[in-house]
Amino acid sequence: MIDLVLLGDVLAGTARLGTPIAFAALGGVIAERGGLYNIGLEGQILAGALGAAAGSFATGSAMIGLGCGIICGLISGLLLGYMSIRLRINQLVGGIALNLLLAGLTAFLSRQIFGAQAGGARVNGFSQTDIPFLSDLPVVGPSLFSQDPLFYLLIGLAIAAWFWLMKSHKGLDLRAVGENPKAADLAGVPVFRMQYLAIAVSGALAALAGVHLVLSQVYVFAEGMSAGKGFIALAAIILGRWSPIGAICAALFFGFCDAVQFKLQFTSPEIPYQLFLILPYLASLIALVVLGAKASAPACVGLPYDREHR
Amino acid sequence: MNRFTMQRRIAIALLLALSVGGVLILLDGYNPFEAYKVLFLESFLNYWGFSNTLVKASPMLLAGLAVIIPMRAGVFNIGGEGQIYIGGLFGAVFALAIPDLPGLLGVPLIFVAAAIGGAFWAAIPAYLKAYRGTNEVIVTLLMNFIAIHIVSYAVAGPLLAEGAPYPYSEEVSEAYRLPILMPRSDTHVGFVFGLAMTVILYFWLRFTPSGFQLDLVGRNARAAAYAGVDQKMTVIRAMLIGGSLAGMAGAIEVIGLKYRLFHLFSDGYGYDGIVVAFLAALNPIVAPLTALFLAGLSAGAGTMQRAVGVDSSVIDVVEGLVVVLVAAALVTPRTRSASILKPLARNLRLRRQTQREKKEA
Repeated sequence: MIDLVLLGDVLAGTARLGTPIAFAALGGVIAERGGLYNIGLEGQILAGALGAAAGSFATGSAMIGLGCGIICGLISGLLLGYMSIRLRINQLVGGIALNLLLAGLTAFLSRQIFGAQAGGARVNGFSQTDIPFLSDLPVVGPSLFSQDPLFYLLIGLAIAAWFWLMKSHKGLDLRAVGENPKAADLAGVPVFRMQYLAIAVSGALAALAGVHLVLSQVYVFAEGMSAGKGFIALAAIILGRWSPIGAICAALFFGFCDAVQFKLQFTSPEIPYQLFLILPYLASLIALVVLGAKASAPACVGLPYDREHR
Repeated sequence: MNRFTMQRRIAIALLLALSVGGVLILLDGYNPFEAYKVLFLESFLNYWGFSNTLVKASPMLLAGLAVIIPMRAGVFNIGGEGQIYIGGLFGAVFALAIPDLPGLLGVPLIFVAAAIGGAFWAAIPAYLKAYRGTNEVIVTLLMNFIAIHIVSYAVAGPLLAEGAPYPYSEEVSEAYRLPILMPRSDTHVGFVFGLAMTVILYFWLRFTPSGFQLDLVGRNARAAAYAGVDQKMTVIRAMLIGGSLAGMAGAIEVIGLKYRLFHLFSDGYGYDGIVVAFLAALNPIVAPLTALFLAGLSAGAGTMQRAVGVDSSVIDVVEGLVVVLVAAALVTPRTRSASILKPLARNLRLRRQTQREKKEA
């Protein structure tokens, strides 16, 4: 019986800890399918977190916080898009620069907004919502169907993204841009517009990861609170084979590692806790190596498209 | 792009980054000119300030070189931070395990140990990149976190000093401490060591076959293959050199400044190295200058906060902007100039034109 309780706890932890990674990974999939690396996920998570905290702090409404977070994500996505598409900066460098920039900017702005009470300014967030009937199920009920609204949003967005990307005309266009922009261009797909759309959506999704951290987990903004989740999300994209559903499964796997890590920290204090902290990163690495990455990546990801270049 | 345009563009990018920082200082309610004056005067013209700048510049310079060399072979080493940690760990373990050697023998051996540690940490992504095609950016990033946790474990467990209130190791013996460069300050000879490495690497890249091969692989992999250069070995060699440079930066922090191994002892120098490398346009001989500049910014940030009141995180923003803008400035124009301002200017011009046409119609 105790094992069932433990299992339920771990499942709930998986959903809670995996959600931010999943949002960011979903964002990364959309960008990479359109041929753009988004190494800036980490910074965009921070942007979303700050937006959410500021919005909710100013108005007291979690929904407005959510909106502000998304807007911050859109802006940071478009900024990266401008760098990658218009200025044709190397996309890896652009993303790293965006991370540096947003880490500094969010720290600066949070001190401006929250002043001396930075870190102590609790904001209104979402509370967990029970889904009728389903939440009464044993084990999985309380863990998976009593989550906060953003978790359900994630599931919805994942399915929507899969349908959009794989089944819709526009999604096909976007994938074509990622595979062969020249051919897509010749077929009349507005390559640059699609890429801007993809990178903006990508930024907004990464921002939702930050929104979840602030409005569903800790209710404050802390500097550097993304704590490497954006980088784990990058591994989840590869592990999930550039599919929205796959990436989310991979992200939830990392969430699972994290949840197990927390449980083991409590139940086995004789084992150094740093070993558990390493676990998700090590799992990502091993997954990257074992599964490889070359085969199913979009063919032209990371290469800036130049219309006039043959 | 000739050298002059490149330098001019980098200068413009720097000015722009500083201006945006200035706007933030203004938003914060302070005078940006006064703030920058304090910052630069303190970090470069004041004895204590400059010593502080030099202390920060040493690891930044080595971390910058650790990015430059692999990047010249076309590999992104984002793992400088992790390599610094593992290098520091190896150096500290050696120093603590064999504490009785004379300094002239012990210090070089500590550097060798640290270089081996850093190179080992870089060898993993290098191998994966060369033989499995795994993206080195993601691998090195993930390994940074692992390295930090390994050091955290080491200083909290096996290396924990007796009776230590925080996780840190015992002090290294007196004989192993780097000589002080500026009397009465913390400034050790680390920066001079960095300068020596810079010169060696510069000449190696320019005048030796293996240095030339490295550059060739980075510039044109196909041409290098035709010329019979072993690409995989070149990539691995470049990463190993990068890793050992970053590893030695870790040793410098341990035996030059802190004299112990700490949890989180590196303070992001590996990431600063990326900024140093880009600002130097990947030319090692320029790296000491850009390292000094960035170290001055970060050393002066605290003074600026204390003297003027401006939040020091402004300087982090400036650092990020430096990378963005310098990277933009370095994009080789293909069909049209990819300068930073040109697209904006063109947009404005177009908009004005359409407005005029509307008015006329």
